[in-house]
Amino acid sequence: MMPVTTATNNREEVRRRSIEALTPEIVAYIETCAQDAHASSHLIGVLHKVQAHFGYLGREQMDAVAQLLQVPASKVTGVATFYHFFRLEPRGRFVINVCLGTACYVKGAERVADRLCEELGIHFGETTRDGLFSLEGTRCLGTCGLAPVIMIEDRIFGDMTPDQVPALLEKHVLQAQREDRQNGD
Amino acid sequence: MGKDISSRYAALCETAQAACDTLGLSSKIIIQVGSATCENAAGATEVWKEFERNIRTSGREDIQLHHVGCTGRCSREPIVGVLMPDKMPVLYQKVTRDIAHEIFTRHIQGGEVVAGAALEKSAAPMQRQVILCEARHCGNTSCSDLGDWFREEMEKAGVDEDAVALTQAGGMGFCTMRKNTGTNCILVRPENVIYFIKDRADVERIAREHLAGGRIVDSLRCKEESISVRFFDRYGDVAFFNQQNRIALRNAGIVDPESIHEYIRYHGFSALAQALAKGDPDWVIDEITKSKLRGRGGGGYPTGLKWKAGRENTETTRYLICNADEGDPGAFMDRSMLESDPFSVIEGMLIGGYAIGASRGFFYVRAEYPLAIRRIENALAACRENGLLGDNILGSGFSMDLEIRLGAGAFVCGEETALIHSIEGERGQPRIRPPYPTDSGLWGKPTVINNVETFANVPAILVYGSDWFRTMGLENSGGTKVFALAGKVNHTGLVEVPMGTSLRQVVYNIGGGVPKKKTLKAVQTGGPAGGVIPEEFLDTPIDFDTLGKLGSIMGSGGMIVLDEDDCMVDVAKFFMAFCQDESCGKCTPCREGTKRMLEILERITEGKGEPADLEKLERLADLVKKSSLCGLGRAAPNPVLSTLKYFRHEYEAHVLEKKCPAHKCKALVHYEIIPEKCVGCTMCARNCPVGCIAGARKENHVIDQSRCIKCGRCFEVCRFDAVARQ
Ligand SMILES: Cc1cc2nc3c(=O)[nH]c(=O)nc-3n(C[C@H](O)[C@H](O)[C@H](O)COP(=O)(O)O)c2cc1C
Ligand code: FES
Repeated sequence: MMPVTTATNNREEVRRRSIEALTPEIVAYIETCAQDAHASSHLIGVLHKVQAHFGYLGREQMDAVAQLLQVPASKVTGVATFYHFFRLEPRGRFVINVCLGTACYVKGAERVADRLCEELGIHFGETTRDGLFSLEGTRCLGTCGLAPVIMIEDRIFGDMTPDQVPALLEKHVLQAQREDRQNGD
Repeated sequence: MGKDISSRYAALCETAQAACDTLGLSSKIIIQVGSATCENAAGATEVWKEFERNIRTSGREDIQLHHVGCTGRCSREPIVGVLMPDKMPVLYQKVTRDIAHEIFTRHIQGGEVVAGAALEKSAAPMQRQVILCEARHCGNTSCSDLGDWFREEMEKAGVDEDAVALTQAGGMGFCTMRKNTGTNCILVRPENVIYFIKDRADVERIAREHLAGGRIVDSLRCKEESISVRFFDRYGDVAFFNQQNRIALRNAGIVDPESIHEYIRYHGFSALAQALAKGDPDWVIDEITKSKLRGRGGGGYPTGLKWKAGRENTETTRYLICNADEGDPGAFMDRSMLESDPFSVIEGMLIGGYAIGASRGFFYVRAEYPLAIRRIENALAACRENGLLGDNILGSGFSMDLEIRLGAGAFVCGEETALIHSIEGERGQPRIRPPYPTDSGLWGKPTVINNVETFANVPAILVYGSDWFRTMGLENSGGTKVFALAGKVNHTGLVEVPMGTSLRQVVYNIGGGVPKKKTLKAVQTGGPAGGVIPEEFLDTPIDFDTLGKLGSIMGSGGMIVLDEDDCMVDVAKFFMAFCQDESCGKCTPCREGTKRMLEILERITEGKGEPADLEKLERLADLVKKSSLCGLGRAAPNPVLSTLKYFRHEYEAHVLEKKCPAHKCKALVHYEIIPEKCVGCTMCARNCPVGCIAGARKENHVIDQSRCIKCGRCFEVCRFDAVARQ
């Protein structure tokens, strides 16, 4: 006789845990997507929402998405790692994106980038030890007319020169201190 | 049915007009402020707030603040326009809070133009402007003759020379209405009247009655509205703009991109209504085919043929996709179009959907364009509310819905089969064609993919006719092309010119040439898939075929000007690094070939290249070109091949002499302080980021070569030319 395995129906529990790993808005969004005949085609859109909220795609969140959208976890990982826009690690408070597109490159983006690395003491893809800044390179922000361009959070700074870097960083350090003070009150 | 559609459309127009009237768009003083990613980056939001505050405190109710998209004059943003009834519109550049305040108090309240801030110093104290159309296919009288006639007749009529400006424009597109050839079109501002001129007698009458007497000459006047009259009315005095021909960008910088009413008020959706009322998709395809519209995404495939293939498929579930992935790093036409005039693209897509018989369409947009995404979302919602999207559009029985799908930063997803995989929620890897998407695309169904700009042209073709569109371009390629002009050029921004315009005209007449009196070395077109075009070929007419023959491609419209300081080996390396990074890894020639080519280029720029490397590079480039799976790999060698073709001597200098002629490659540059010239001002030492320059005040300074990082700071800051660069 074949050995009998007891059915392990933990579906509800997995579902509950998946919902907990995300936010109610994201769960609701996944549920609307699930109604589409091509539900899995919304995977990238869902990952965008997760990253917008959490700042990156954590393992727990990716598994939750896989579960709720009913796609294999391997596929979620495959997609998350294929596209440059998705990040698998948390980042600093201010994300500095240096445009490395053609227009910026010929207008001296490299020197701005060098100066940023120097001032922050980090390389591209890294975060400062105080967790304040992450440095990333990006491909054309679509504002080539203002080259070279960097973007801090979603603000764009055009016509950058290396000499403007220290003051710009200082401004953000002060901003962070101010916000901390306000939150502390 | 046709009647029902027309009456529904007429009702929409009425509502739109009423909404615009309530805003006071034709009766009030309008302050228009640009609002697009680039405008906002330059500070347009602060400027808007400043005007808001000023209007509030002044208590005036006859002033309306108005958002427009971006006109594409990037380096002068934020741009503000002041439109007063019966006056020439005045445009201001690089407006800050302070300038905004000044504009408000001096110009709007005091009636005096703030000349110092005028866009390209355009606002001379003229009261009137006569713009002569210089398009190639225009009337018989050459423009210079016409100009002379005007000058002479104005003098005879006693018109004050300083009060009327005579301008020759690149092409105003007024020929849309010029049924009989042999006439010339002119535009007179601020009345915004188009005249048809047959002979000198007409010129005499216009000079006497209109320019001197202030009375419009009704019998010579054109009653219809041309496609670019609004653009010229607002921007006609600015050289950067009046040399252009705005078709795809017809509404950019004119309408509020978030208002469907403004779009409809300027005849938006009339092409769709017309097509639906005719009830014949084949007519649409026929018109598009006759117009000789070719895809603006880079491939240049005839749009009419593509649509026909989609329509003729026996499978009736069909899809339509707008490719707004804009991956070329250095191009921003599509972003600007979507941010400044999303409705035109939507209308083009609906017409396309109707023509091929699709009921579901997709916008595939880069996630890096958040504002464009918001504007499309807003536009789609407005269309839905007004019965222009969804079930039974305008009561025609045709139903179509559009949705947005986001990219996630992969260049290869601009390639159509990769894009389809991405919409399906997969990794964006391409597959072998055929089958082409028009046979088997999204979820295996026939799918037509077109670029943003391709769609934006469609409504204009239906409204003004395929003949008009075709005559604007070249024999095999109709219409205009939008370029994103950037790099070492004075006026950066969006340039729309007819196919066949020369590169020289774009770079010099519109772009204002190279800054700082440097010499132009080459123009790079087509991004990572394109090549460089050296100065001696600048007179080549721009088109898909001509640029292809030169070893570059037209591409999607990126145009980067390179000057003497740019090293061509470095440029090739830059693009190769890009392609290598973006290669999806599926096929070996592209994955491995780009990597090996990059290694060779790196070696050369580091001064470790050998003579054999050049042949190796050429062989490898040829191989990758021939054997890659998709367009990315097949085009990746282009930058290398074209730089090798035209600038082989630069490669040779790197390899044989270990020198970088442009002094760009760090490993091959050497900085030294010339003792005879150094006065010991300490400027270089103070600016050296690594502190490797030693020397006391008023004494010779010396660079410690072992620590020098070759950043070039000392060379730049020295005011005595005492730093030598080799
Ligand atoms: C690597 C690669 C990237 C591409 N990127 C884009 C793009 O960003 N935008 C675009 O419209 N077309 C792009 N294309 C071209 C598309 O594959 C396709 O030809 C085009 O969208 C068709 O539209 P059209 O006929 O209107 O030009 C790219 C092609 C390749 C091979
Ligand atoms: S290249 Fe930097 S914004 Fe386009």
